[in-house]
Amino acid sequence: MQPVLRLRGISKSFPGVKALQGVQLDLYPGEVTALIGENGAGKSTIVKVLTGIYQPEEGTIEIDGRGVRLTSADAAARAGVTAIHQETVLFDELTVAENIWLGHAPRGRFGLIDRRAMREGAARLLAGIGAQIDPGARLGDLGIASRHMVAIARALSIEARVVILDEPTAALSHKEIHELYDLVEKLKRQGKAILFISHKFDEIFRIADRYTVFRDGQFVAEGRMAEVTEGALVQMMVGRSVDQIFPARVHNVGAPVLTVAGYSHPTEFADISFTLHRGEILGFYGLVGAGRSEVMQALFGITTPSKGACRVDDQVRVIRSTAEAVDAGIVYVPEDRGRQGAVKGLPIFQNVTLPSLGAVSRAGFLRMAEELALARDYTRRLDLRAAALDQDVGLLSGGNQQKVVIAKWLATRPRVIILDEPTKGIDIGSKAAVHAFMAELAAEGLSIIMVSSEIPEVLGMSDRVIVMREGRIVDEVSGERMTPETLVRAAAGLAVAA
Amino acid sequence: MTAPVTKPAPRIVADRLHSPLRRALRSWEAILLVVAIAVFIGNTLLSPYFLNAWNLSDATFNFTEKAMIAFAMAMLIVAGEIDLSVASIIALASTAMGLAMTAGAGVPVIVLVGIGTGLICGAVNGVLVAGLGLPSIVVTIGTMSLFRGIAFIVLGDQAFTGYPPEFAYFGQGYVWWVISFELVLFAAFAVIFWAVLHRSTFGRAVYAIGNNATAAAFSGIRVQRVRFILFLLTGVMSGVAAVCLTSRLGSTRPSIATGWELEVVTMVVLGGVNILGGSGTIPGVVLAAVIMGMVTFGFGLLNVPGIVMSIFLGALLIGVIALPRLLRRG
Repeated sequence: MQPVLRLRGISKSFPGVKALQGVQLDLYPGEVTALIGENGAGKSTIVKVLTGIYQPEEGTIEIDGRGVRLTSADAAARAGVTAIHQETVLFDELTVAENIWLGHAPRGRFGLIDRRAMREGAARLLAGIGAQIDPGARLGDLGIASRHMVAIARALSIEARVVILDEPTAALSHKEIHELYDLVEKLKRQGKAILFISHKFDEIFRIADRYTVFRDGQFVAEGRMAEVTEGALVQMMVGRSVDQIFPARVHNVGAPVLTVAGYSHPTEFADISFTLHRGEILGFYGLVGAGRSEVMQALFGITTPSKGACRVDDQVRVIRSTAEAVDAGIVYVPEDRGRQGAVKGLPIFQNVTLPSLGAVSRAGFLRMAEELALARDYTRRLDLRAAALDQDVGLLSGGNQQKVVIAKWLATRPRVIILDEPTKGIDIGSKAAVHAFMAELAAEGLSIIMVSSEIPEVLGMSDRVIVMREGRIVDEVSGERMTPETLVRAAAGLAVAA
Repeated sequence: MTAPVTKPAPRIVADRLHSPLRRALRSWEAILLVVAIAVFIGNTLLSPYFLNAWNLSDATFNFTEKAMIAFAMAMLIVAGEIDLSVASIIALASTAMGLAMTAGAGVPVIVLVGIGTGLICGAVNGVLVAGLGLPSIVVTIGTMSLFRGIAFIVLGDQAFTGYPPEFAYFGQGYVWWVISFELVLFAAFAVIFWAVLHRSTFGRAVYAIGNNATAAAFSGIRVQRVRFILFLLTGVMSGVAAVCLTSRLGSTRPSIATGWELEVVTMVVLGGVNILGGSGTIPGVVLAAVIMGMVTFGFGLLNVPGIVMSIFLGALLIGVIALPRLLRRG
């Protein structure tokens, strides 16, 4: 059987990151190929290459044996490649039919939009995926599940040969997931080549015919699902054992530094109590939406808890603003770097000194030399890669921006540093640097809370792990019990294995 | 010498990418300086009356009052906010001064009433924007009508006249030779605002908020407090401008300073302040003020009608903003 889509030697790099290095990918008609890899393996980059958002520097793309250049989203659509994303952008104020046909509506006389053809086409597409939705309904009036079906219908409104499903089940309920499986079967029968991206192994084994594994931007292996085991796939994904990637740590924890008692929030979390010790790395694991970031942001004064108390070094601290949190010695490195972390547009050194302005000024006026000295000290400790300290922080790679944000907080000499998904979306080199640095800081006596959804990272770095589920702490794991299975089961609400 | 290096030394990151001189030469302010010189030479060539100390001194009154507000407005716009009620604050402050004068108040009280009214108006804007989180453009369009509306209710088609002779000093007095009190005040405020925006921790917070208010809040900056202070400051500067303008005109009418809010914003944007916030400098605003003042005065000497003047200013504004973008593209 000839593949519909054939990628060879695709490379794509960003400043400081080689996102893809000569990867290959084949998709066959009527078959589902699962693309498997850890965060940062290059899965989203390949999707963006296929949908014309990124242009690769090297490599060839063939569809039905003919070389194509996907230079824009429009070009990709015309070549017959379509993607169903986790969150497709739709328009509330437009009708279902208008949403489906936006940008490529059928034309009638005088080049005007043929509304009748639009309605009929929309109805046909919706019926084709088994969705009972009125094409004339306003999108904003539909529920989440129906909106998802509209997004799928929109993706199929172009004559697609290749359909990409990018973590399609992430936001779906149990029932909707089964409807999606049925849909995938329908698409297979229509002979479409499907690329399926998911982190969930049960799904992959249920739905996929083939697999392709990427690791750190490189192609690792491909084959038929029937001929592979879960363990073998994990081995290919990770490609190395856990203790190889993470720095060796001396587990040497001291006296309590931060004590949180009964922290509650009207909607986000309830009854959160834990103690953090000197020199300890405390991991917070849970599924996305378990309320971990919300707890941390309450500790950092972004939101105010409705109940509960917080003590730092045996002193009760009321934290209602970030300024008060910084005063109490609690600092937070957010997950959303672009929006909450670095202030893009300001130079690196001004980002570093932003929370320490009092320390580099006299009577409210800044001392440039002291500012630069402080920035120099801390960026050097983190091994920042930059052209100059007065460079706009927005020009740095994700990993280096993260280093600037961490440097900014270390410069305040905190008691507790909270790292929310500290290595999400940054390149492997920076990742190892951040891990090594965390270990170093803990050894120096700093107390660290690390929120992470990556099990190897949580297990590799933490002294102890707290597992949250639906806004509550469901388990606290240390020593022998620190295994992937314990964490996954607790986070999923399954009974703890005996 | 050939010993293997196990751990590379941390790389040294330079403090600056380019020398301060190179930065200055490539800056927006450098372009403005060239424009200012060109306008000066053009005026000198076109009118024999331009190059005269007293005429030039008169020319400064075209921008001094507006520029005082523009300094505060520049900080507000750098922070990503705007205040369109400044001209209406002048009207209300001037009206309040007139009422104080009619009630028999002395010069110090009249001045305090003017500045105090500006402070209160600024506080109203500040509470609505920083306290309630409303968008500043909507709030200040509202208070623009509100403040001037109050002035109209108090005065109707009347005017306050008969300010005490000593009160005239603020808008008509000279400190030395051709150097007016207003010009000295303008220069003093330029220095103060330069120091605050470019050298103080407060100014740094303003830039951080303008570039990314969320990240600023996540860095321990008291964002809403900074915003409130900025509105207060703009209100006070409008009050100061009201004192100078009322003193210069010697009377208060409810239509006083009509349309100034747009001239002030034009001055700020011409000065290189990004209307979306995040960047801009006080020296840029100073240069823009001088350019606008000289253009207005030069056209006046040539008997060019006012409407042509505003066409020229509009074209100048669009031209200077489009120029760097066109150059970069070409």
